[in-house]
Amino acid sequence: MSREVMEYDVVIVGGGPSGLSAAIRLKQLNSDLNVCVLEKASEIGAHILSGNVFETRALDELIPNWKELNSPIKTKVSKEKFLFLGKTKSLSWPTWLLPKVQQNHNNFIISLANLCRWLAEQAEGLGVEIFPGFPASEILYNDDGSVKGVATQDMGLDKNGEKKDSYEPGMELHAKVTVFAEGCRGHLGKQLINKFELNKGKDPQQYGIGFKEIWEISEDMHHEGLVMHTAGWPLDNQTYGGSFMYHAENKQIFLGYVIGLDYKNPYLSPFDEFQRFKTHPAIKKYIENGKRISYGARALIEGGIQSLPKMYMPGALLVGCDAGTLNMPKIKGSHTAMKSGMIAAETIFEHLGQQKDLSIYEEKFSKSWVYEELHAARNVKPSFSWGLILGIIFTGIDQILFRGRLPFTLSHKHADHETLKDAKTMPKIDYPKPDNKITFDKTSSVYLTGTNHAENQPVHLQLKDPNLPINYTLEKYDEPAQRYCPVGVYEVQIENGLSKFVINSQNCIHCKTCDIKEPSQNITWVTPEGGGGPKYGNM
Amino acid sequence: MKILVAVKRVIDYNVQIRVKEDGSGVVTDNVKMSTNPPDDNAVEEAVKIKESGKAKEIIAVTVGEEKAQETVRKALAVGADRGILVKAPGTIEPLAVAKILQKIVEKEKPDLVFMGKQAIDDDCNQTGQMLAAILNWPQATFASKIDVKENVLEVTREVDEGLETIEVKIPSIVTCDLRLNEPRYASLPNIMKAKKKPLEQIDASELGIDIKPRIEQIKVEEPPKRKAGIKVSSVEELVQKLKNEAKVI
Repeated sequence: MSREVMEYDVVIVGGGPSGLSAAIRLKQLNSDLNVCVLEKASEIGAHILSGNVFETRALDELIPNWKELNSPIKTKVSKEKFLFLGKTKSLSWPTWLLPKVQQNHNNFIISLANLCRWLAEQAEGLGVEIFPGFPASEILYNDDGSVKGVATQDMGLDKNGEKKDSYEPGMELHAKVTVFAEGCRGHLGKQLINKFELNKGKDPQQYGIGFKEIWEISEDMHHEGLVMHTAGWPLDNQTYGGSFMYHAENKQIFLGYVIGLDYKNPYLSPFDEFQRFKTHPAIKKYIENGKRISYGARALIEGGIQSLPKMYMPGALLVGCDAGTLNMPKIKGSHTAMKSGMIAAETIFEHLGQQKDLSIYEEKFSKSWVYEELHAARNVKPSFSWGLILGIIFTGIDQILFRGRLPFTLSHKHADHETLKDAKTMPKIDYPKPDNKITFDKTSSVYLTGTNHAENQPVHLQLKDPNLPINYTLEKYDEPAQRYCPVGVYEVQIENGLSKFVINSQNCIHCKTCDIKEPSQNITWVTPEGGGGPKYGNM
Repeated sequence: MKILVAVKRVIDYNVQIRVKEDGSGVVTDNVKMSTNPPDDNAVEEAVKIKESGKAKEIIAVTVGEEKAQETVRKALAVGADRGILVKAPGTIEPLAVAKILQKIVEKEKPDLVFMGKQAIDDDCNQTGQMLAAILNWPQATFASKIDVKENVLEVTREVDEGLETIEVKIPSIVTCDLRLNEPRYASLPNIMKAKKKPLEQIDASELGIDIKPRIEQIKVEEPPKRKAGIKVSSVEELVQKLKNEAKVI
């Protein structure tokens, strides 16, 4: 099959903070370079979801005059709170006793989706070609095994893979260097990591699932600039996670919850934990007279430097959370993702101009402040495998007394899909019914994401073994996909007395949790037809 | 033959519409916008007619703010030859759009004007009919099939009773139904080419027509929430409730 080909100097897969920063930096270094960005969402920003308390360090370097360019970075953090939650009580932890990495007074509360929209405008102003609605679905290789570029998804196939009237074949985009910036658990990044064994000798990657809701709340409860985090209830001591509440502009708050995907109980439902969390008196008081206006979820990467794969390979680089540059104790990944993209751009500039090997990427990376940050942060996440309390004590010592300079590195022992215990041995969890005022079900939530996938297209959530969910996973783990999916894509239905595994793929919001947590790694997330997925506004 | 296709930029059909807190309208900031879906069908049909050799040129036109350009570019990417953006700020009612299109028709002299049967934002379903009246052209609304014949169009219309087939003389106005065709996807090379196709910008104020709104919008609010239903245990109870509580029988 021959497809049309377009040639570029650099093709960037993914229009998030890392990809757009790479694109901007490339054009700043050499405006003659042909750079294009492919984005699977219907527009830049529509698949971006993040807290977000933004540290401007990378942006200060990339676009020093961002304040003059009408950027959507406006709400400075003015007050901080940290609460430990018990079932009904809460204990406020003094901010001065927090590790420095968790102090936010120089940062801004932003919508990362809006920042990406703005970055895309800057990039287009510099001549970058941005193509939303075009997922890169396939990696192309040269005869020598190096990455040649990517192909975009065929459009207009029916559910059996047959061509419809509207069929439009994918295109090949060839590049001197391809940059993969798909974000956490990118489906091409995953293939590259396997093919080039980029994670050889590294710890297994660690993930979390993050939820976010935007609420419009009453004026008397809204304190623009307030940043609040919690740990503790409703999670038990063994489950890693916590919440955020950021008071943004226009009486809006960004309310969210992150749960480590290394949880053990297959009955745990991250979505319902988040909903239950909102019923805590310390949280409820903010939102009880408010209105939920947005909902979404996305997996995030937590493994840090121990799990960070090699980020270069012949013909390609891996940047941002497609590799895993998030700083977990800081609960921030946007500035590190951006910086990793900028370093990639500088690498490519030298590679194209002076024939330097792409391996200089890692040298540059390890000399940068990103590496310094991630290195200092490296022991926090693994210490929480000992439980919340020991984790906090260790983190206090590690981060406050030693500032991350302890002379050893803790490792991540297990991949997240290996941590579930047999359903028989674990307690069932009885989650309260939603009240439709502050807690909701998945059906009404998915509606707010605006997600859709054109009907009659191949299912983009593929099962390696279609019988495994019923024959094995249901029996052993009570099919946890029913619970870890934040929008109810997976259901077990009883039909004529037989259990049936149903995939409502049109509801998928591209969070990638199933691809990560499925205990047998039986689910593979692939790109659906372009433009499908959520339509997030200011997430 | 020359075909003029009118397209409108609206909030994407997947987005949940949210009313502004002050009731002055709906939230459009950072909301995904798209081409009004039946307008895509109108463009597609024009392109098909051109591909069959029966039309020589397709002009896509829109009325709205600067950003409405994107909607014209999309039409260019799937096969329109050139575009026109008539810049007009604020609320533009169907009559105003019809008057603007009349001016464009006078200038471009197309043989056919296609557009969607209605826009999914205000659901007016008026512009095509008004334009036909102003131009004194025949109209075929809710078209689900169009055959171009010698000097006439044979159009199948989606009407309440089923399908109605009519013949209209060219020049004429056709408003398109979603069943008319399956719009194609824009391919990457065509999106690139579309960036280089001519897109003329005209200021509505230069057309010498009155486009002031005729309708004053007092307040926008969400429909009241439906109360949860209840289950009744017997027919007697249902009748009882319909009689005494709902008071409908």
